[in-house]
Amino acid sequence: MDNLLSIVTFIPAVAAAILAIFLRGEDEAAQKNAKWVAMIATTLTFLVSLFILFDFDPSNTGFQFVEEQDWLLGLKYKMGVDGISVLFVLLTTFMMPLTIAASWNVKTRVKEYMIAFLILETLMLGVFMALDLVLFYLFFEAGLIPMFLIIGIWGGAARIYASFKFFLYTFLGSVLMLVAMVAMFSDAGTTDIPSLLRHEFASDSFSLLGIHIVGGMQTLMFLAFFASFAVKMPMWPVHTWLPDAHVQAPTAGSVVLAAILLKMGGYGFLRFSLPMFPVGSEVLTPLVLWMSAIAIVYTSLVALAQEDMKKLIAYSSVAHMGYVTMGIFAANQQGLDGAIFQMISHGFISGALFLCVGVIYDRMHTREIDAYGGLVNRMPAYALIFMFFTMANVGLPGTSGFIGEFLTLVGVFQVNTWVAAVATTGVILSAAYALWLYRRVVFGDLIKESLRTITDMTKRERAIFAPLVVMTLLLGVYPRLVTDITGPSVEALISNVETAQAVAQASSQVAVADH
Amino acid sequence: MQADLNVILPEIVISVYAIAALLFGAYTGKDKMAGMLVWLTAALFAVMALWIGASSGGGTRTAFDGMFNDDGFARFAKVTILLSAGAVLVLGQEYMARRDILRFEYPLLVALAVVGMMVMVSAGDLMALYMGLELQSLALYVVASLRRDSAKSTEAGLKYFVLGALSSGLLLYGASLTYGYAGTTLFSGIIDAADGQAPIGLLLGLVFVLAGLAFKISAVPFHMWTPDVYEGAPTPITAFFATAPKVAAMALVARVVHDAFGEVVGDWQQVLAVLSLLSMFLGGIAAIGQTDIKRLMAYSSIAHMGYALMGLAAGTVFGVQAMLIYMAIYVTMNVGTFAFILSMERDGQPVTDIRALNMYSKAQPGRALAMLILLFSLAGVPPLLGFFGKLYVLRAAYEGGLAWLAVAGVIASVIGAFYYLRIVFYMYFGEEGETLETGRSPVQWAFLMASAAVMLLGIVNMFGVETMAQAAAATLVN
Repeated sequence: MDNLLSIVTFIPAVAAAILAIFLRGEDEAAQKNAKWVAMIATTLTFLVSLFILFDFDPSNTGFQFVEEQDWLLGLKYKMGVDGISVLFVLLTTFMMPLTIAASWNVKTRVKEYMIAFLILETLMLGVFMALDLVLFYLFFEAGLIPMFLIIGIWGGAARIYASFKFFLYTFLGSVLMLVAMVAMFSDAGTTDIPSLLRHEFASDSFSLLGIHIVGGMQTLMFLAFFASFAVKMPMWPVHTWLPDAHVQAPTAGSVVLAAILLKMGGYGFLRFSLPMFPVGSEVLTPLVLWMSAIAIVYTSLVALAQEDMKKLIAYSSVAHMGYVTMGIFAANQQGLDGAIFQMISHGFISGALFLCVGVIYDRMHTREIDAYGGLVNRMPAYALIFMFFTMANVGLPGTSGFIGEFLTLVGVFQVNTWVAAVATTGVILSAAYALWLYRRVVFGDLIKESLRTITDMTKRERAIFAPLVVMTLLLGVYPRLVTDITGPSVEALISNVETAQAVAQASSQVAVADH
Repeated sequence: MQADLNVILPEIVISVYAIAALLFGAYTGKDKMAGMLVWLTAALFAVMALWIGASSGGGTRTAFDGMFNDDGFARFAKVTILLSAGAVLVLGQEYMARRDILRFEYPLLVALAVVGMMVMVSAGDLMALYMGLELQSLALYVVASLRRDSAKSTEAGLKYFVLGALSSGLLLYGASLTYGYAGTTLFSGIIDAADGQAPIGLLLGLVFVLAGLAFKISAVPFHMWTPDVYEGAPTPITAFFATAPKVAAMALVARVVHDAFGEVVGDWQQVLAVLSLLSMFLGGIAAIGQTDIKRLMAYSSIAHMGYALMGLAAGTVFGVQAMLIYMAIYVTMNVGTFAFILSMERDGQPVTDIRALNMYSKAQPGRALAMLILLFSLAGVPPLLGFFGKLYVLRAAYEGGLAWLAVAGVIASVIGAFYYLRIVFYMYFGEEGETLETGRSPVQWAFLMASAAVMLLGIVNMFGVETMAQAAAATLVN
């Protein structure tokens, strides 16, 4: 199969088109059909995507399964995966059937809902596979449209504000990246990502409007990409759209947002910022590291003060993403491996936590922490699952959450001890807010009248959590499943970055010596 | 002489048709024939577009000692003008017939305006330029006030006329200065005069000519007439204003700056860049407060002209290509959007308030989806064709050394995205209120759907427009 990647990418889109064209009516049967079509399509996508994993050769650090087609404006339709991106593809295809299953109780405009999620899956997969700058941008930005609709149509009370904020915030971040992409296109004469990875962008310092810019073009381009990915990530202080979007989005929307959409920012750093602008990265690394450290501590403290469960988990996501950016810009093997690991593991854990909130929200229609308490008395299975993922979120050894945090901290410790020290306090804080949340919701006596009749998880809900529990445990005890695949590609990336940085340093020293 | 007439044969055919149809209409049942005339005129436009398009291998021909050029650039613009004018004519027919304003003069005036536009884009001389521009404008002044008994429509016509006359005055003043310093009105002569050290009077003339033309494309700060005229004129006329004349005027700007002032790129580049910057921002910001969809589209077109000017301001072949592609995409989007606006009504009365769209997606999911696609395309969100238009002009601007303009442009596009999103918000997130009827005309439905489909499918290969625009741009810029 020469175009396996395209097949995987477009199965959901085809299913969406089928739903849009052939499914008529709003009755129960039509709703059921819509759900099953979406379920089958996403499951099929997952199964086909397993072929990518089976045929993937981890020792090959280049791009595999490459397909190429000429397109407009000298651009190319080019897809491919390497050790860095392949796991994100799998993460996406793995999570989507679960989110569809989690949406089984949606009642309003089911057909449109499923279409939006299917289109979103195609676009997310495209982001991780695109090997053309503009194709990447296309998938990256187009994802805003379905997500905007998902939050706006099926969201909570303040969904309008949240959807506009989500769209405009991320759109503003990304358009600057578009200009940088145009600049790269002009400079390198191609938008082919493998060629751009080999291209050396100018890094001579110059002055612009009286400001001396160390690292020159590379620093400017880095900043433009940073504007986009930092918002998407999201990094402190541009994270404020995330809690709003999470709180207002329907459960499945939150899961997709936390598990996959946030990873696009981290993937962007790995694919573009670090390898393409090594000198720019070097110049701005201290800034990014400190922003990450602040994010970890600050958002953990903010999480402590939350009254809304989803908001609390959203802030915890921002904190965990802080480890990812920190690991990436430590720019060593442990840091990068850890960052990728943390992203994959956070995909499972935060997805599961939002699903946990969804379970009780479906029953009580409130996310207020104070509205709950003593759930363990009526929902023992739920208490167990929630406990498991709370612990994973805290980073308990044995769960995948621990590996990611530990590796990134090891990575950054070699680069900047102070940042590592500050960030480590985040581990303690995360235990504080997560366990406190758990205590308030699950433990204690069941005194609230409204909770007396609450029922435990249904079979469907248990079935959704089972694969997530398995993955979290499996990666926690056998992390090589991830690091074996990412390792060689990461190693190649680091050596390229280091060579480029050394060359730039040598040439700038020569320039200084000439003066 | 024979050869000269051959070159302007398409213009002659349409003019003769317009006069013959005028006589026919005057002697027979007048307005009863109007519906048929609309279709006939649109068909003639389509045939002419095909004819001109098919002769695209014909190279460059000039007539009347260089006053009239028939080159690839003119042909590209003419095909765009003819097709969009034909589409808009057909779109509005049913709307006007039901409101009793379908007079037989309407298609004929549009035909004459189109002849004017065709002369404009082919102009090789300041006289030919002015002739084309006035023929176009006079016809448009009349159609703007087509609804004679409506104060708003006549106000729109009058406003358009007075401000249009002012802009023509500016243009003429610039033309006379140019003539005074260049000693000729031929573009080929002016470009020789501007070679090397251009006299300051010539540059002054350039600025006045550009100011006059900026009125026609409604670039800020010469845009004041646009929202009022768009709102006041009957909607089919508004749709017409938003499409073909914009293409013609934009092509004319390209023609003037490259053919006549191609030696002083740096001088007009600043002017166009400033016009572009102001248009993009004002178009985006001023539209935020609008609740009337026609006024909103007026500001939207102002912003879009800013982007097209951005391509042109690059001053390169690629910039002209980007502008042509941008304009082609722009008219396609606008035809679809206006097809929808034309269909908006309640109890037989046209509705233009965007709040009337509340929860429209529930009543008409198909049309709402098409409109959603068009709106996101207008906002320039990928993966729709509108994004590619923006990508072309951004690249042109960046490579033309206008990186600051590109950055400003993308920021303005985020501001602009807000008001398109607001329409989406009403259609999809609103609360159910009074119903809006939109199901009257199958023609409008077809254009709406086709336009949305083009926005979605065009990203595969843009239907070959890219290479055509490239060839067209190459003939203009040497």
